[in-house]
Amino acid sequence: MTATATSARSDLSELGRSETALRTFLHGLPGVDQVGAEQRAAQLGTRSIKTTAKAQAIDLAIRMVDLTTLEGADTPGKVRALATKALRPDPADPSCPHVGAVCVYPAMVPYVAEVLRGSGAGSGRPSGGPGQADGAAPAGLGIVHLASVATAFPSGQAPLDVKLADTRAAVAAGADEIDMVINRGAFLAGRYQEVYDEIVATKEACGDAHLKVILETGELATYDNVRRASWLAMLAGGDFIKTSTGKVPVAATMPVTLVMLEAVRDFRAATGRQVGVKPAGGIKTSKDAIKYLVMVNETVGPDWLDPDWFRFGASSLLNDLLMQRTKLTTGVYSGPDYFTLD
Amino acid sequence: MFEYAPAPESRSVVDIKPSYGLFVDGTFVDPVDGGSFKSINPASEEVLAEIAEAGNEDVDRAVRAARKAYEKVWGPMPGRDRAKYLFRIARLIQERSRELAVLESLDNGKPIKESRDVDVPLVAAHFFYYAGWADKLPYAGFGPDPKPLGVAAQVIPWNFPLLMLAWKIAPALAAGNTVVLKPAETTPLTALLFAEICQQADLPAGVVNIVTGAGDTGRALVEHPGVDKVAFTGSTEVGKAIARAVAGTRKKLTLELGGKAANIVFDDAPVDQAVEGIVNGIFFNQGHVCCAGSRLLVQESVADRVLESLKRRMAQLRVGDPLDKNTDIGAINSAAQLAKIRELSEVGAAEGAERWSPACELPDRGFWFAPTIFTGVTQAHRIAREEIFGPVLSVLTFRTPAEAVEKANNTPYGLSAGIWTDKGSRILWLADRLRAGVVWANTFNKFDPTSPFGGYKESGYGREGGRHGLEAYLNV
Repeated sequence: MTATATSARSDLSELGRSETALRTFLHGLPGVDQVGAEQRAAQLGTRSIKTTAKAQAIDLAIRMVDLTTLEGADTPGKVRALATKALRPDPADPSCPHVGAVCVYPAMVPYVAEVLRGSGAGSGRPSGGPGQADGAAPAGLGIVHLASVATAFPSGQAPLDVKLADTRAAVAAGADEIDMVINRGAFLAGRYQEVYDEIVATKEACGDAHLKVILETGELATYDNVRRASWLAMLAGGDFIKTSTGKVPVAATMPVTLVMLEAVRDFRAATGRQVGVKPAGGIKTSKDAIKYLVMVNETVGPDWLDPDWFRFGASSLLNDLLMQRTKLTTGVYSGPDYFTLD
Repeated sequence: MFEYAPAPESRSVVDIKPSYGLFVDGTFVDPVDGGSFKSINPASEEVLAEIAEAGNEDVDRAVRAARKAYEKVWGPMPGRDRAKYLFRIARLIQERSRELAVLESLDNGKPIKESRDVDVPLVAAHFFYYAGWADKLPYAGFGPDPKPLGVAAQVIPWNFPLLMLAWKIAPALAAGNTVVLKPAETTPLTALLFAEICQQADLPAGVVNIVTGAGDTGRALVEHPGVDKVAFTGSTEVGKAIARAVAGTRKKLTLELGGKAANIVFDDAPVDQAVEGIVNGIFFNQGHVCCAGSRLLVQESVADRVLESLKRRMAQLRVGDPLDKNTDIGAINSAAQLAKIRELSEVGAAEGAERWSPACELPDRGFWFAPTIFTGVTQAHRIAREEIFGPVLSVLTFRTPAEAVEKANNTPYGLSAGIWTDKGSRILWLADRLRAGVVWANTFNKFDPTSPFGGYKESGYGREGGRHGLEAYLNV
């Protein structure tokens, strides 16, 4: 949010046309004080969310889960099971909401699509799901979205045309959300234009599918870089910014997500366009998920407290949420055998 | 909307007695010539307990008990043995931390998250730290064999009742002195619980004496001819009276008084963290902080943006029940303090500054004041000069670093200051020029027992904390 950002909105759309303009803008963003950001994130983690607030938060968190499997060992059988679970996370309790999306590799998209397609209200991003009111996504899916990673996930180290073909294939197979990775090598080398152009090209290849831009914050290392990469991804047209692939040692953290939330907040103030945030990797417990929701609530406010604008990239998180949900309604903890395997 | 359900900390951990005596010579005793007063919960105006008020005779008994303990037991005791007692007290504070935190919030009105996460941990840390010094005094830089002073008279304020007690008692005892401490009349309860902890730790009788009461008790204590050292934290007005009272006596004096700290935000500051620092600087502990960043000096070129962020952030502050774990701002400590905050705020508005508070519902009973900022404040406004000691921030602007220095120093006080900039060289340049005892850079209200704290000018003299804090209690 430099002087450029707060002035006329048309200024921002010009930024992508020159390396110099991009660099000047990104390096003009206010810095992030590491100690301060980490302290604030820790503070938000001390909120005490109990009883009704906890029940509300758990249901919201379930609806925000991008139920994910990204393994070399994924098979049609495995992803079908995951997709079925996404639709009915708790078979014993019909009041349990479905998750936000299933997230898989492009090759697995057709098998997930089969399961999800028959599931719900039919075409488009149906309004039957929680808060999913925009009709900008492709036809054919049910109430749970189908996200595919693409662009040579997780490293992104492939020629651009390969990355774009990867994206188009995933969309053609039925994905209505694409999780791309940015070119971290180019970003760290200061070649912002290249990163920008790749995101723009991927967005174009997505068609109507929503684009989530993975910054891989664990490789960007500093919060200043996270803020710059967030703005770069938003300027280039990303619909969501996402922390991590889950494939490097440091995945989503509270302070990184805080910096990204501040970026989407300031970006909307500057441009009027709202961008979603997805922390991914390492969020395993309901307690963690609730801390993130508190952070969303107190940093960007209720506008983002919706699966359209905030997601958790996670797998084991879902069962912990279900376990806590059952505990709240029944008063007792059940063993892991009472919850389905993904 | 995501509404946080009430999350109150349980009161059942504390056991408040209907009435408390004075802690003299190791036991609780009734006052001989004093009366009594009530301590209330400022969040509900409920009476918590009846407290003995020490008269002159009671103060005299306490000082004599301290003298006897100094001469017979504590003074001659080897440092390593004094350390054992201090370590024991520190551990007991940790063990009973929840109890102390709840009691502090009940009696003072501060939010439980602060008493739990800031006050009580720092109290324990202070005792641990000075316990470590007790047998190492020859290496503190005050000569090969520094001696204690004798009996210390200590008068502490109501804003951090237990923490101020720790700042006073821990170094005094480590250095070999005995103490008579008078807590503030609105917040005596944690000091009395501390007295129980001293009993539990088997601290020899008379080493710590606690006399409760108001101004008269304090006066009797500091003027008592049997004390060798006076330490006071509180208002500049009372501090001056104490300085006059001890002038010409052998008593050694340290004063930690008021402040009107400048929190200086430059145009290259990390804005989001600076806003957190501004909020922490003035709204921490309802602004009842002598080193509060009560004057925000923001560079004019970023003033609008910083204020916009600040207002957005202030709208998130949760004001209410101090025992709720999600409360950010608790109750004002007393009706008198609330009246003072209201009066100065009205003066601010009458003098033409623009007043703003976020929408916030205040409870019906108790003493409450919404977090408030005044913009368009100049050096000529009273709210830019006088200590409000409440959740009220005065916002001023500056154009150049030199102007920031001038404005920051243009106050009779000089306790603390804050600098927010990404430029390390500017931090060093500015810190050299600010006449304030503590200068924080890209943070605010950070306390640590190893770090000395104290003021310039009308903010007092002497240092507490760190190696420097020992000097006040040694004959050097």
